[in-house]
Amino acid sequence: MDQKNPGILKKLLARREASVLIALIVLCVALSLMSPYFLKQRNIFSVLRQISAIAIMAVGQALIIITGGIDLSVGSMLGLMGVLTAVFSTWHLPPVLVFLIVIFCGILMGSINGLLVTKVNITPFIVTIGMMNIARGLSLLITGGMPIHIDSSINFLGGGYLGPIPFSVIIMALIAVLGILFASRTLPGRNVYAVGNNDRAAELSGVRVHRVKIMVYAITGALCALAGIIIGGTLNSADPNSGKGYEMDVIAAVILGGTSLSGGEGTIQGVLIGAALMGVLRNAFVLLGISAYLQIVTIGVVIIGAVAIDSFKTMQSSR
Amino acid sequence: MSETVIELKGIKKEFPGVLALDKVQLKVGKGEVHALVGENGAGKSTLMNILSGTYQPNEGEILYKGASVRFPEPRDAQDAGIAMIHQELSLSPSLSIYENIFVGRLLKNRFGLTDIAAMIRDSSVFLEELGMGTLDPKTLISDLSVSQQQLVEIAKAVSLNSDIIIMDEPTSSLTRKESLYLFKIIEGLKAKGVSVLFISHRMDEIFSISDKITVLRDGRYIDTLDTGITNEKEIVSLMVGRSLDKQFHREKKKEFSGNPLLEVKDLSVPGLFENVNFKLYSGMILGLTGLVGAGRSELVQSIFGADNLPDGEILIQGDPAQIKNVKDSVGLGLGLIPEGRKTQGIFREMSVRENISMTVLQKEPGQFLIDRARESEDVEEYIRKLRIKTPGPEQKIKFLSGGNQQKAILARWLLSSPRILILDEPTHGIDVGAKAEIYQLMEDLTREGIGILLISSELPEIITMSDEILVMSEGRINGSLPGDSASQDEIMQLSIPGKERSKA
Repeated sequence: MDQKNPGILKKLLARREASVLIALIVLCVALSLMSPYFLKQRNIFSVLRQISAIAIMAVGQALIIITGGIDLSVGSMLGLMGVLTAVFSTWHLPPVLVFLIVIFCGILMGSINGLLVTKVNITPFIVTIGMMNIARGLSLLITGGMPIHIDSSINFLGGGYLGPIPFSVIIMALIAVLGILFASRTLPGRNVYAVGNNDRAAELSGVRVHRVKIMVYAITGALCALAGIIIGGTLNSADPNSGKGYEMDVIAAVILGGTSLSGGEGTIQGVLIGAALMGVLRNAFVLLGISAYLQIVTIGVVIIGAVAIDSFKTMQSSR
Repeated sequence: MSETVIELKGIKKEFPGVLALDKVQLKVGKGEVHALVGENGAGKSTLMNILSGTYQPNEGEILYKGASVRFPEPRDAQDAGIAMIHQELSLSPSLSIYENIFVGRLLKNRFGLTDIAAMIRDSSVFLEELGMGTLDPKTLISDLSVSQQQLVEIAKAVSLNSDIIIMDEPTSSLTRKESLYLFKIIEGLKAKGVSVLFISHRMDEIFSISDKITVLRDGRYIDTLDTGITNEKEIVSLMVGRSLDKQFHREKKKEFSGNPLLEVKDLSVPGLFENVNFKLYSGMILGLTGLVGAGRSELVQSIFGADNLPDGEILIQGDPAQIKNVKDSVGLGLGLIPEGRKTQGIFREMSVRENISMTVLQKEPGQFLIDRARESEDVEEYIRKLRIKTPGPEQKIKFLSGGNQQKAILARWLLSSPRILILDEPTHGIDVGAKAEIYQLMEDLTREGIGILLISSELPEIITMSDEILVMSEGRINGSLPGDSASQDEIMQLSIPGKERSKA
């Protein structure tokens, strides 16, 4: 056992997400010293609530990126799904039914992305940039460009609290656990890594490569729908422009978490750490009263820095 | 004795979890052709990469023209006069020959602009020297054959005034004729005082062109011998560390009874192969050979449901089979170990465990949660059975040697208990020891009643292992020969395109 322990520590440090986890811990310790509010329950839950939508979508995005793809349409899909939630709510459907229909719409849109990538053989970048525009355009068409009020108890998912805990944080935790289990313990999860490592070898080993790819886009679609419902619920309204630019935050969280853009590598745990780091960074600027513009610059620096550290490690070990 | 150009002393190189080289030495004389041999994983490529500045040694010294040197980057080695030609050629396919030759050091005219005319002129001279004067230096690399690309690499090395040219398995993708041409070029370089250091697995080549042979084994230096006073047997026994006095022997069977395990009738895919018929019985090894490009791999991948579904009939144990994808054939008890371990076989960044369990997991209907305990148990059993050398099942497969990666892929299929196993070049690029183990394994499998379809370009391998040999040429089965009496000559005769078909 004594011999094993340093080995485990070394292994942990060698993992790609380790540097980001250390950064997150350092930042949290520093913040708790610099601001008396940071460790307050209210602040912690507010940070978690703010990252919930990004983190939920990042779980799906990570799966896509591990297969070697990318989804730029997540932000727009979030917006459209919020709008659909509002529309279906005006039909006075029961909230459970609204929830199911919207999630189904998300799966449908994601599947279309996946079908175009696999069956029509278009690069994911192009497919999803197209879908990004389609989804945003549809949101604007449906709403006429104006936010619509969501009048349904479905808003509880985004705006409700269970005791002191925001319900969206509970959903995020649930998705996080499911995502981690899916990626590490299930066969479809294993196949996601196989496809990203070598899709020809996967095909020849009996993996249905197209199905795996369609599945990850469909999962991401569903998670965007969930994020859309949460964002709508937080504000009690669906803004057609909601989620604009979120795709970049989501991809940044995935990359920060140690997922390789070339596919085959990465963990859901890492991605969640990445999302948390971005959330805490944003919070830091608010608590310390530093310019919000500088915050944007800092996030850019952190993204490049994290990947650079990783790149140096790989270069050293391969020389 | 000629003067020494380069000498390596006490070289040690460690990679995470592997000691690739330990106290290795090497001494190459001016104008010497020096062969570096050893089983896969012996450390040949690592040593070459240290010499060319791609890797840094952890310990040891490099003496170049009498002075101690370090090459922090490949560029430094290149500037000093050491050029390396990698197995995977490193030319830019979308650039022309002359641009590739002068890449990184484009000639300038007096206005400081690139002097294209001068570069084309000089490139022509270099090409001429290598007997490729008819080639236009403006030709794109992607329009050249592999052997021509290799010659362009050599032209580039020559243009750098290299004193040492390193070649990593230069003939692995060349035809016999192209190889002979390459040897002539090497002779020419030698006459000009250039030293050539090359890695090869082919003994006939090593003995026809080298002056000296250095043998490595398990990352250690074994010996350096004068080619003139040694022989193939001695070299092979130094490589494997035990004498290999007789080849693998297998008893051949002539008669098989009962329903064939696998029978194909009039199988065709337009443009790839046509009217293929054969029967594979339980306990049989059916050899399938032919020249590269005869359609062998296309045929088996098509039977397997991987791509280009064929017209015709596939019968499994007498019953017509509908195979639309790989999952169907896995369900029917077929297994395929494809050629090209890296491109079609392994999942580089995944563990040995995940690599081995990949197929068996797909096979179980309704599998969702992976039973980790059972998975580990199965995998560890096969790591032991096939004696796969790995620190443990969690090691990433990319750190294993080629032979052990191949064994892991075999394990992947054996674990899914197939009745019919298709092996496409199963021993390509793996060492002598692992080869013998794979032959023994095939023999054991046929004793258990498995039918094996063996594709191989190595005629001794086909002849040693097969009960019956099918020879393919231009997409047709050109003839079949009994495994106990076929000769390499007969097979070669049937392989050559444009010949009359011997029997239906």
